[in-house]
Amino acid sequence: MYLGRVIGTIWATRKYETLAGYKMLFVQPINAEYKNLGGPIVALDTVGAGPGEIIFYVTASEAVIPLDVDMAPVDASIVGIVDSINVQSM
Amino acid sequence: MILGKVIGTVWSTRKDENLVGAKFLIVRHLDLEYKPKEATVIAVDSVGAGVGEVVLVAQGSSARQTAFTKNKPIDAVIMAIVDKLDISVKEKNKEAVEV
Repeated sequence: MYLGRVIGTIWATRKYETLAGYKMLFVQPINAEYKNLGGPIVALDTVGAGPGEIIFYVTASEAVIPLDVDMAPVDASIVGIVDSINVQSM
Repeated sequence: MILGKVIGTVWSTRKDENLVGAKFLIVRHLDLEYKPKEATVIAVDSVGAGVGEVVLVAQGSSARQTAFTKNKPIDAVIMAIVDKLDISVKEKNKEAVEV
């Protein structure tokens, strides 16, 4: 899984049918020190995350597992909202 | 998924027989201000996207999760056409390390 910050929302009415009803959010990947890592991606939201929230997301075809459909062309899904991060050492 | 814009089509007659009937569109990656980046990807269309439309592309094995692309040698599929994009959290990004 990867850490990220929700930075925006995407609206797409014309999409693959099994994606109906799912919100798609813009996520800026970050590291454990909340620093940006590379460019933003789009992830499906399965936990009700909002803009500004720190989340973690799963990628590849595992991203389809949280959805209650058997097939969906999704390669990133938000699966958790972070309460806190505790880094002990470098 | 990545944000992109359909900029063209790839025609190919000699190809893997599993790819017969696939429509290959060229998608250029976009940044959040819709500005084109360098990278492009060849993606199979699954939602009727046309040239000039802003789309989302799913890549890797997830691209085979559609009725048409199932069990085919395809790792990028256009799965949404973007209507609107709203970037609410604007902050000078503190670039840590280039991935």
